[in-house]
Amino acid sequence: MEKQINIRLFKDTLFKGLVCLFAFASALPLFLILYYITKNGIAVINWDFLFNLPRPIGESGGGIGSAIVGTIMLIILSGVISIPFGIATGIYLSEQKKGKLSSIVRLCVIVLQGTPSIVIGIIAYIWVVLPLKTFSAMSGGIALSIMMLPVIIKTTEETLKLIPYHLKEASLALGVPYYKTMLKVILPAGLSGIVTGILLSIARITGETAPLLFTAFGNQFMNLNILKPIDSLPYRIFYYAMSPYPEWHTFAWGASFILVVFTLVFNLIARGISAKWKTQF
Amino acid sequence: MMSNCKSPAGIDRSEKRFTWILTASGAFIVVLLIAIFFTLFITALPAIKKFGLTFLISKSWNATAESFGSLPFLVGTLLTSFLALIIAIPFSISISMFLGEYCKEGAISNFLRSAIEVLAGIPSVIYGLWGIFLLVPLVRSLEMQLGIVPYGVGILTSSLILAIMVIPFSASLGREVISLVPGDLKEAAYSLGATRFEVMKNIVIPYARSGIIAGILLAFGRAIGETMAVTMLIGNSSFLPTSIFSPANTMASVIANQFSEATGIVASSLIYIALVLFLVTTIVNIIGNYVIHKISIEASKEVT
Amino acid sequence: MENTVLRIESFSAYFGDNKILKEINLTITKNIVTAIMGPSGCGKTTLIRCVNRMHELIPGTKVSGEMFLGSHNIYSMEPILLRRMVGMVFQKPNPFPTMSIYNNVIAGYKLNGIRRPRDEFDNIVEQSLKKAALWNEVKDSLHRKGTFLSGGQQQRLCIARALAMNPEILLLDEPTSALDPKSTAQIEELFVELKQNVTMLLVTHNIAQAARVSDFTAFLYLGELVEFGPTEKMFTVPKDKRTEEYLTGKFG
Ligand SMILES: Nc1ncnc2c1ncn2[C@@H]1O[C@H](COP(=O)(O)OP(=O)(O)O)[C@@H](O)[C@H]1O
Ligand SMILES: [Mg+2]
Repeated sequence: MEKQINIRLFKDTLFKGLVCLFAFASALPLFLILYYITKNGIAVINWDFLFNLPRPIGESGGGIGSAIVGTIMLIILSGVISIPFGIATGIYLSEQKKGKLSSIVRLCVIVLQGTPSIVIGIIAYIWVVLPLKTFSAMSGGIALSIMMLPVIIKTTEETLKLIPYHLKEASLALGVPYYKTMLKVILPAGLSGIVTGILLSIARITGETAPLLFTAFGNQFMNLNILKPIDSLPYRIFYYAMSPYPEWHTFAWGASFILVVFTLVFNLIARGISAKWKTQF
Repeated sequence: MMSNCKSPAGIDRSEKRFTWILTASGAFIVVLLIAIFFTLFITALPAIKKFGLTFLISKSWNATAESFGSLPFLVGTLLTSFLALIIAIPFSISISMFLGEYCKEGAISNFLRSAIEVLAGIPSVIYGLWGIFLLVPLVRSLEMQLGIVPYGVGILTSSLILAIMVIPFSASLGREVISLVPGDLKEAAYSLGATRFEVMKNIVIPYARSGIIAGILLAFGRAIGETMAVTMLIGNSSFLPTSIFSPANTMASVIANQFSEATGIVASSLIYIALVLFLVTTIVNIIGNYVIHKISIEASKEVT
Repeated sequence: MENTVLRIESFSAYFGDNKILKEINLTITKNIVTAIMGPSGCGKTTLIRCVNRMHELIPGTKVSGEMFLGSHNIYSMEPILLRRMVGMVFQKPNPFPTMSIYNNVIAGYKLNGIRRPRDEFDNIVEQSLKKAALWNEVKDSLHRKGTFLSGGQQQRLCIARALAMNPEILLLDEPTSALDPKSTAQIEELFVELKQNVTMLLVTHNIAQAARVSDFTAFLYLGELVEFGPTEKMFTVPKDKRTEEYLTGKFG
């Protein structure tokens, strides 16, 4: 009896040990990645690197200025396209809890969220690049906006669902029309959640490379025309990483450092907003 | 008194316009998805007509002979994804159990949770870069010790990176399902003198099983569609892989590697692959989400 | 009658096929408090939600019969305009969480896009808060969020918000049921003050409250208006057996 209990207790401890070991081993890659990025990346970062354009191999002093500008442009483009649609669809879903169309829409959002980014890249290529006969920032922005949509829709829906029904009633009882109630009472009450969702979706697409391969394509020159190919951080990292030149490899690390900072900053702001601005009911 | 107000008829119009806009943007998502499907289907049609379904089982991908089959990429995709899942499962289940049962709150679990979240947010292309500089040399030296051609890149390398990438995803799903296990069930078992391990083995895991499986399924959906890191690490070979050390291509990586230069039937064949990839991820996602949805409904019923 | 504010004529309301209100007839005169009491589930909330047509917002509901607000036929006018003439206070205080106290009071104007000069708004805010007996407590923090107030203060803010629109009638759905006894007493005092100028329809399941603040009482039972009359009379010599049983605590 005693022995059996000891065996059971031993198994219990062993299992717990294994769970902890595996759980914490999973965090190890994070530190390795952050270590590599910092070690290899920080050394190349200086003003020239941040502001200069890429230069041919052999010339020193090249940078990722055009890639940073391109990434910011892509964020703005895809945000402008997806935010209004995303919020409107989110409101629609939060208002239509049941109903045939809304459950189909919900299913489509799930499917869209799971669609591989490379497929979306091909779609944007066929829809935008082929008709315009050129790679362009526009096509990249459209591809990325399709990837942002599901995130914005879901967070908007979830946020608005949590807003107490009695707020809506309070507004309607004052004779406020339904659409104004939604726009002036319900949306502001859910604003922090929605903004958080938007920032998280931006964090998600900032590092997306696959949809840009055949759309925004990359450009070693500075370009502000949305109908021309444009550089971007993830594309530049890919380009440098796949090159055979050690110098460009360090550039890839430097650009990675900047990209990770970008995504982390968006994530942190998102968390800060959802913690600080949270509407109290 | 209401001088500055819209007339009731004006309000009515705005009201109608508002609901119309909402419904239209909802419907837009459906149209978008249907359009994606048909765009892929129509542009893949030349290849579909030419190769039919044998495309899926033919193993030659030869541009000069204009004969295309996607078997090498299907096999490459399945091999990398399965291998990645096998590597990832012990880790992600451990995280789920740790965060969902052993250590639900406190500094340590917050730390682990944030680490996992950050890991999930790191861009694919950076995983690829890191893989080139850490995993490729590691796998290469392993290959040298085994006495096989030391490519460094290939299925195993890609699987390792994929595993790291899907761990956060399936772990967060797993944690949710495990924390849905009703407390009174566990307490009943504890009161009978069960150890925590026995409660986990006999109560928690069986109860959460379908959720965990759904999580693995969704992670699989992720893995088969993952593009950049795999593209950078798999070696871009169009031959049927012969071992887990072979360079290969997945469906996603062959598109990423070859679509920019492709024209005519090659492009059409690549889009055919994209269509297959789209359909498979769609099915996997619908099933996985359906299971999760059902579980959360049951859980909410039990609470009330 | 000159003094009639609200006239309800053989009015019925349904949830799906369930007839929740059965042929109600009721006349409310100006500047009095009418209490609607009855056991839980008898249709009190439904009745007052029919007065400002909030009932019809729930899918599957319908009504029959007629209601008049002064000379307006409630069921043939624009619900939006009707609701601006009828104030409503809910069971749970529900100030708008994103607005300041000041903006909460004039929310009916702001949200409806009704413009007024700044000093007129200042005046409306002050008068409404004074009527709601909240002015002294919040006059120095008008631009803070309304959600920082205590529950009782929040409910008085909601009363101020309704009063700011100068409603023809104020509907109150168990406005003190979520509050502590002290806040309840404050709000009851407020009703006694308010009835100089405001017509109130007060739903309560608290018999003592009906006795304390109302002039008239309607007793609703299973969707039927069993008895209606001066409060004192009903509490001392109820006409109907069911009223008597309710008042003596036999059910509900
Ligand atoms: N949303 C609803 N759907 C269906 N029936 C309802 C709904 N709300 C209330 N009811 C029914 O209407 C009746 C009256 O409800 P209510 O007016 O809220 O009662 P009271 O306010 O007197 O407690 C109750 O029997 C209740 O079951
Ligand atoms: Mg009620």
